[in-house]
This record gives sequence, structure tokens and C-alpha cells, in this order.
Amino acid sequence: MAKYLLLKHYRSGHEIAPGGLVPMDRWAPEEIEAHMAFMRQVADELRESGEYVDGQALSPEGTFVRYDGEGRPPVTDGPFAETKDLIAGWMVVDVDSQERAFEAAARLSSAPGAGGRPIHEWIEVRPFLGEPPVVTE
Amino acid sequence: MNEELLRDLAPRVLGVLVRRGADFAAAEDAVQEALLEAVRRWPDARPDEPLGWLVTVAGRKLIDAHRAESARHRRELRVHLEPEPGPTEQADDTLLLLSRCCHPSLTPASAIALTLRAVGGLTTAQIAQAFLVPEATMAQRISRAKRTVTGAQFDRPGDVHAVLRVLYLIFNEGFTGEVDLAEEAIRLTRQLAATSEDPEVAGLLALMLLHHARRRARRTAEGALVPLAEQDRSRWDTAMVAEAVDILQRALAKDALGEYQAQAAIAALHADAASAEETDWPQILEWYDELMRLSGSPVVALNRAVALGEVDGPLVGLRAVEQLDPELPRRDAVAAYLHERAGDLAEAARCYALAAEKAPTVAERDHLTKQAARLNAGR
Repeated sequence: MAKYLLLKHYRSGHEIAPGGLVPMDRWAPEEIEAHMAFMRQVADELRESGEYVDGQALSPEGTFVRYDGEGRPPVTDGPFAETKDLIAGWMVVDVDSQERAFEAAARLSSAPGAGGRPIHEWIEVRPFLGEPPVVTE
Repeated sequence: MNEELLRDLAPRVLGVLVRRGADFAAAEDAVQEALLEAVRRWPDARPDEPLGWLVTVAGRKLIDAHRAESARHRRELRVHLEPEPGPTEQADDTLLLLSRCCHPSLTPASAIALTLRAVGGLTTAQIAQAFLVPEATMAQRISRAKRTVTGAQFDRPGDVHAVLRVLYLIFNEGFTGEVDLAEEAIRLTRQLAATSEDPEVAGLLALMLLHHARRRARRTAEGALVPLAEQDRSRWDTAMVAEAVDILQRALAKDALGEYQAQAAIAALHADAASAEETDWPQILEWYDELMRLSGSPVVALNRAVALGEVDGPLVGLRAVEQLDPELPRRDAVAAYLHERAGDLAEAARCYALAAEKAPTVAERDHLTKQAARLNAGR
């Protein structure tokens, strides 16, 4: 068993989806609702298959923060212009294989968008670093 | 020690119910409920015959659960669940239950979860905690697994090797949460070994004990990995090693070699060396040759390259590594080690850094990064 992080980007090095994407604020309200309902349904499917660990959506606006020396307030930077990559949310699954993690990511990517068509957005799949096995030699 | 007793008895109660014809999934739920009732009531009044008590209570729970269903179904159940005269103990059901829980139709994760619950007697919450997933997810995984194996023929044991594979995987999970899965795997393998003549069962038990004997030496107090060659051998559990070697020798005497016996033999040779320098590498290499014949897996080939490097020198070991798939996990780490032994520190540092980048676990990544840093600092 291994855990994988499925990352949904607002935009990334990859185009968000092949051929681009109609921004969500130009979708019909019922199309947005259908998209959200689909996301909840995928989470429920993964719960039902005993593979769901966690999922969260993130506010698009983030701030970079760093230490600036003893006794000084943290330095902040941002929010950033639209060219930056932002993470929209994540889901963590606990699955038997990388292949199965890819299947789950592809299922998320098939969420309906404008016109009810699958949006084919890119989902980034990152394996967790786990614990070493007991038997090594 | 009610808890230990209950966990030993859980699979036997389940075995009795299932042998009397109860549905596996329903029987397993009933056993869990009976265990909970025992936890509540035994501290005040522990029954004289704990097994009989649990069988009676679980049987009652099973009937309760079916009350909502048809009267016809209920009558059938009553016939099956009327206690038989005489002692409830019959043939040991351990292998029967284990082979059901490790049925080939289940994925490894499902088989592991079902085994820990139905035979190990762990609660769903404990299993969820051990695998760091929500309890609801683990509950689903277990109930799906039960549905998958329910209805399958259940009158004779299945393939013992599928069971051994699952027990091995549980052992390899080690200790991640509140439940020590390595100890749990040893407990289950002991139960199986007590009823099985198969030398591979004994081989697996010996393998587990030999590795478990080193557990105190495997990590520093801060949790960093300590490689075998650098472990403080005075911290190895010598009594456990002695027990394992005894089990292994009796298994090998049956002259039916298998992978687990061969792996245990290698672990035993490491355990037998008072220091890393005294390791009998030529004999270990012979066992790896044996393992290559038995399994031929790339992981075995990689470990064999280490042994070959010790016997015939690091350059010979490196030539063996070069034959292996570059994507094989831990290949770069082995190459780094052999390059260092061959005196090529720059290449060793490069390989250690590469291996750290690809390391599948935090502990290995940190260890490999430190190796690369050590070599880079020395140049």
C-alpha cells in the first residue's frame, strides 16, 4: 500500500488542460454545480473502495512567508500575479499501486466542465515517502 | 491479560461459527461484538470457559443480526448454531481462516486488513491507525474484503503460500502506529506454524524472528537508519536469534527448500557473525545463488551483487549491478556503496545523491544524503 497526493492546479507548467479551458465563471451555474457534485462523488467512490485518506480545497490566494532574523517580524511576499502556478486543492489516496493512483487521478480529471464535457485537466500525482521495510537484505 | 487471550480466541470462535455454516461476513461481525461484550464484562466476571462463552455470545449476536430477515432464514440458522454437545474445540481452524482472509481474489491491502481484523482480532480503529487512514476508510476496505470472500468455498484450506505472502507483508510494515505490526505478524505466523508441517511456514517464522531480533539496533535514538554493518550487535536479541536458528534448522532438515527458508538462512548467517568483518560472505553468496534459482527476482539479484562484491571484490559486484534495470529501486544506493569500496569516491558521492533523490522513504533518503555529504566533505 502506498499513499499518493493528487494535486489539482489552477495552472501549471502543463497547460491546465489540452486546448485550454473555459474559465469557470463563464460556465452555466448548473455546470458548476455538476462539476462540484462530481468531485464529491469521486471522493465518495474512493471512501467506498477503502482508498480515501483526505481531501481539501485551497483558497487561490496565498502569501509567501519567511524568517527575517531574531526579534523581527516575518517577511511576507505576494499575493502573486496570475502567471504563477497555484494549487487549487488536493486529495490523498491509499492504494495498492501507482497504476491505481493514476486511475483515480484520471477519474478526477474527467470531471464535467462547460457544456457538460470532461475537462481533461492535468492532475499531478506525487507518491508519499513512506517507512522503510523491515527486511532489507 | 484479557486482551491477549481475546485476540488468541477470536479466530477460533470465528472458525467454530463458520464451520457450523454461518456466513463469513456476518460471523466476523458477530465475533467482534462478542469480543466487545467480553471486554465490558470479563473484568468483573471472567468465565471458566472463555472459548465456550464467546462462541455462545457470538452465536446469539449472529441470530440477533438475522432477526430482521425472513423467518425461514432464521430457522436455518438456528439449526446450524445450536451448540453441539461436547467441547467446542475441534480441528484448528487457523489455516482455514487465514487462507480465507488471504484469498487470491483480494488485493494485498484488503487481505492485510481482513487478516488483522478477522484472525488478528484487532479493531478497525487500530488497523486504521496502523496504516494512517481514516477509520471509515478502513471499515469500508474490510467490509468490501468480507463481501469479496463471502460465498467462496470454505471447507478446506487454500494455498498456504498466499497466506505466507500476506503475513510477510504485514511484518514488513514494521511499527508505524500504536500497533506493532511486526509483532502481530510474528504472533499470527506462530499460530500457523503450530498447526502446519510446511517448512516454508517455519522458514518465514525464522526469517521474521531473525530480523525482529535486530530491531533495537536498526535505528538510532533519533530514528535514523543504522546499516547492518554498523549496528551495535550487543543490542541484538540473542535468545530470539537462537530460537529462530533452531526453527530454521528443523525446517531445512525436511529438505524442501523455499524462498523464506533461503532468506532466513542468509539472515541467520548475518546473525551468527560477531562483527560485520566476520560475516561468512561466501556462504551468503551461495544462498543468494539458491534464491536466484528459487525466485530470480531483481531485488534478489541486487542483494546478490552486494554479496558478490564482498566475496570477489567491489568491481565484480559493480559489473553485476550494471546488468540490472536502472529503474530498480535501491540500485543506485548499492552502486554507490560498491564505488566507495572500490575507492572511486567522486562516483560514489554522485550515486549516493542520485539514490537519495529516488529514495522511497524518508529514513533512506536522509541516510543516503548523509552518505553523499560525508564523501563530498572529505574531498
